[in-house]
Amino acid sequence: MINNNLKKVTIIDYHLGNLFSVKQACDTVGINAIISSKAEDIENADALILPGVGAFIEAMDNLADLNLIETIKKAAAEKKPIFGICLGLQLLFTKSEEFGTGEGLDLVPGTIRKFPADLDDRKVKVPQIAWNSIYEFEKKWSDTPLMDVVNNEFMYFVHSYYVDPSNDMDILTKTNYDGIEYCSAISKDNIFATQFHPEKSTLKGLSIYKNWATLNNLI
Amino acid sequence: MLSKRIIPCLDVKDGRTVKGVNFIDLKDAGDPVELAWQYAQQGADELVFLDITATHERRKTMIEMVKSVARQLNIPFTIGGGITTVQDAEALLNAGADKISINSAAVRNPELIEELAKNFGVQFVVVAVDTKLVEGRNMVHLNGGRLITELETENWIRKAESLGAGEILLTSMDHDGTKQGFDCGLLNTITQMINIPVIASGGAGKVEHFIEVFEKTGVDAALAASVFHFGEIPIPDLKQKLKYHNIPVRL
Repeated sequence: MINNNLKKVTIIDYHLGNLFSVKQACDTVGINAIISSKAEDIENADALILPGVGAFIEAMDNLADLNLIETIKKAAAEKKPIFGICLGLQLLFTKSEEFGTGEGLDLVPGTIRKFPADLDDRKVKVPQIAWNSIYEFEKKWSDTPLMDVVNNEFMYFVHSYYVDPSNDMDILTKTNYDGIEYCSAISKDNIFATQFHPEKSTLKGLSIYKNWATLNNLI
Repeated sequence: MLSKRIIPCLDVKDGRTVKGVNFIDLKDAGDPVELAWQYAQQGADELVFLDITATHERRKTMIEMVKSVARQLNIPFTIGGGITTVQDAEALLNAGADKISINSAAVRNPELIEELAKNFGVQFVVVAVDTKLVEGRNMVHLNGGRLITELETENWIRKAESLGAGEILLTSMDHDGTKQGFDCGLLNTITQMINIPVIASGGAGKVEHFIEVFEKTGVDAALAASVFHFGEIPIPDLKQKLKYHNIPVRL
């Protein structure tokens, strides 16, 4: 029997990154998700997932070419739940230092910065490709999609840039990469986003999808 | 806490894993999905599938395998073997692979590294290098060590990094299969020389070899095949022992 009341989630496809795994994670936890590049699928969705891996500028260019920037901003203004992952987290911010300064979606105030190649006279490997732990900052994780994740749990990271939010209150988790402490997840009103890949972080990661969906009445 | 990765490597032929695997409780030791699941349950941080299929149908069977692995597996995995074009890589990405590993194709056409990095990001591109000591110099070899090239390993790795490799998978042919330990000398030289993660491969025979490679070199991950497949080194034991030696691992 088809449940017509089932909430619809659109995974935004702007041609960067591994969307298959995101869709699989949605299927596994029971989220009714489609992958789409169409504005109408964003307008008709009850919630959005913005994934992606790769370069910020190219991602924003692709979103612009697909005429999706205003559509996403409008959905955010309507308070639709938005879940950003990896590059999708970074796109939500104001601007990036990557290749000069690139403009982001500006839904969360802050800047995207590159990991420094050197720190205290020793080199830092970029990209970070690793399991690294996430820990609490000021906000507690109860009542967030991280409710089933314990402090210092390992998550899988792949990135060369990190977000530097202007407001500490938007920070949900922090992570330390080789001496650099940075924000690895945020939550702000209807927006939740992670630098790590929950869909690649075992069942702990999948619980984040499930709890995001549950908290937003999507399943 | 940034952790060191443990990576089992599986050889795949016609969509099935080969080289006997003797796990207890495996219904079908040749099924890549079941094996991948088992390894993930044991705490493997990542998996590498190396396609050794020689038939024309290889691409289709590989894509199908990648899709079924991606459906079941909640840890990252890399696909290597026979990737020579951007189109090959894109098909694997769309099927759910997190990274691809290129070896001979990169040596024959170094621009491929650049093209792949530009199209999919550096994090997607692992350059695998097989090296062997010849008259005191580390030389890049192809075809599993059978074919020597004119490239010195250090120079080639530097070039691969500059072209956009996101990670180096370094296999010492002198150590591979010996079970006498990783080539810590060379791995140390390479990790000091470059600014991207390095995966050590070749020579793992016992737990002490993993401890040694993480203590003596700057590698980010260690890869092995037979010691994991035959249950000689159970991954949970390995990780416990690494932790006991203050090597950061995900438990």
